[in-house]
Amino acid sequence: MTVPVSAGGPVRRLLSKLNPGRHLVRGIPLGWLILFFLVPFLVVLKISFAETAIAIPPYTSLLEWDADEAYLTLQLNLGNFLYLLEDSLYIDAYLSSIRIAGISTILALLVGFPMAYVIARARASTRTLLLALVILPFWTSFLLRVYSWMALLKQNGPVNDLLMLFGFIDAPIQLLQTDFAVFVGIVYTYLPFMILPLYSTLEKMDMTLLEAASDLGAKPWQSFFLITVPLAMPGIIAGCMLVFIPAVGEYVIPALLGGSDTLMIGRVLWDEFTLNRDWPMASAVAIVMLLFLVLPIMFLRNRSDRLED
Amino acid sequence: MQKRSWFLNTSAFLGFLFLYIPIISLVIFSFNKSKLVTVWGGWSLKWYGELFNNEQIMSAVWLSLKIAFVSAWLAVVLGVLAAFALTRMGRFKGKMLLSGMVSAPLVMPDVITGLSLLLLFVAMESLFGWPAGRGTLTIIIAHATFCMAYVAVIVQARLSDLDESLEEAAMDLGAKPSTLFFLVTLPLIAPAVISGWLLAFTLSLDDLVIASFVSGPGDSTLPMVIFSKVRLGVTPEVNALATLMILIVAIGVTVAMLQMRRKEKQV
Repeated sequence: MTVPVSAGGPVRRLLSKLNPGRHLVRGIPLGWLILFFLVPFLVVLKISFAETAIAIPPYTSLLEWDADEAYLTLQLNLGNFLYLLEDSLYIDAYLSSIRIAGISTILALLVGFPMAYVIARARASTRTLLLALVILPFWTSFLLRVYSWMALLKQNGPVNDLLMLFGFIDAPIQLLQTDFAVFVGIVYTYLPFMILPLYSTLEKMDMTLLEAASDLGAKPWQSFFLITVPLAMPGIIAGCMLVFIPAVGEYVIPALLGGSDTLMIGRVLWDEFTLNRDWPMASAVAIVMLLFLVLPIMFLRNRSDRLED
Repeated sequence: MQKRSWFLNTSAFLGFLFLYIPIISLVIFSFNKSKLVTVWGGWSLKWYGELFNNEQIMSAVWLSLKIAFVSAWLAVVLGVLAAFALTRMGRFKGKMLLSGMVSAPLVMPDVITGLSLLLLFVAMESLFGWPAGRGTLTIIIAHATFCMAYVAVIVQARLSDLDESLEEAAMDLGAKPSTLFFLVTLPLIAPAVISGWLLAFTLSLDDLVIASFVSGPGDSTLPMVIFSKVRLGVTPEVNALATLMILIVAIGVTVAMLQMRRKEKQV
């Protein structure tokens, strides 16, 4: 998301020469982010190597100063990370988070693509309205949108009634507190993040390409897969990453819609921290989660930088 | 061609239904007399009465509004400074770091942001004695930090699209940098700043996970209260609250859209 800067603009040159406050303009946001974004990660990293202790705060310190011998010892405890490998709960939770986020991302793509396509091809006035309709739910509370599915998916709720009405099922089935409910929740809440990047690539697409293809005898599905999809690829990738990355670490959706056996790593971290009060373990879980997400995040950043160039 | 667009239109229509049915059902069931959310017991405003009489919810609403207001302003100041530094100041030391850190909170899972900030606050307290305990102040700092990223991205996009000739003209006419910023640049980027503020306000009002990590025992924000109620099952007062929030947002967005239409017509 960096914006390329041409160093030459006269405004910029003058500003950087004349403005004595320029150090403040750079320094304040930089300092704030270093203190409240970068340093916290170092603290997490540090604590992930500590051991739990019954103390306030509840972990041991890494540096011990021995006054008698006057030397400093550094204790790095790898136990937390080894435990992550030993206890299958954690590995299962990581894999299950990736699976749930992956399936939800594909579902969101399937739901979002036709919507983005229709919006991109609509007349200008309709387009503004449809875009507003996509963005509007995003401005209402995320928590309440997840909550709304609790009532819909209940044992005797509207979705079960509807399924029985059409004869798909004979008796109400368990929908809430299943992985299915979690998929629905993730697709529902992150759908705008999928639609907007798709829309912006589809809107720029040159429609004459499709006409040319059909003149040359291509069937609609052929030109869809051979022209539309490749051209929309940057939007597809950006949309998928924007859904997948936050979905992996999601806590609220599995907590409200998932069952007790819906394992997600965000939930494990939360429980480790609040129920077990094991801060070092929670930190180790967070560090490994970050390592999992670094690749997709870098990929997304590279893509968007290249798009802007 | 004709056939495919029929297919596309239907699936898009179903998509929009999917987006709106849950919201509409929340609104309808907020007027339900029965406590059982799925059994219709006739129209009633009783849950709205219960909502306004619920002191726990009302004080949480007030606390959340205060936090959202302060952190939105803080996020706007920090975000605009960051956007300005990244688009108008050429190359400088730490620019890569700044641009990386500005966009990273956008994709950071809430649980990690919350945990890391809490651990920072705890470590700072044991080192310098500040911030003493956790509560409103620590929530504001946390919210301003992740919201400034959104403000910065929006304002940065606007600044890099902006025609620099107006700013250049002002400089040629001898405007000081501060005059230039407040009289020329700021009015030009005002729409982006306003949407950034509104987004920051909404995100802060909505955040559950980060606030739960960094808040103290006495300070429950609205999402924290809602979450603890909703965990136990469907609660009609929460439906009433949701309806009011949706109403406010809908009015806000409609007003903003009409405003934009009018401006487009003027131009």
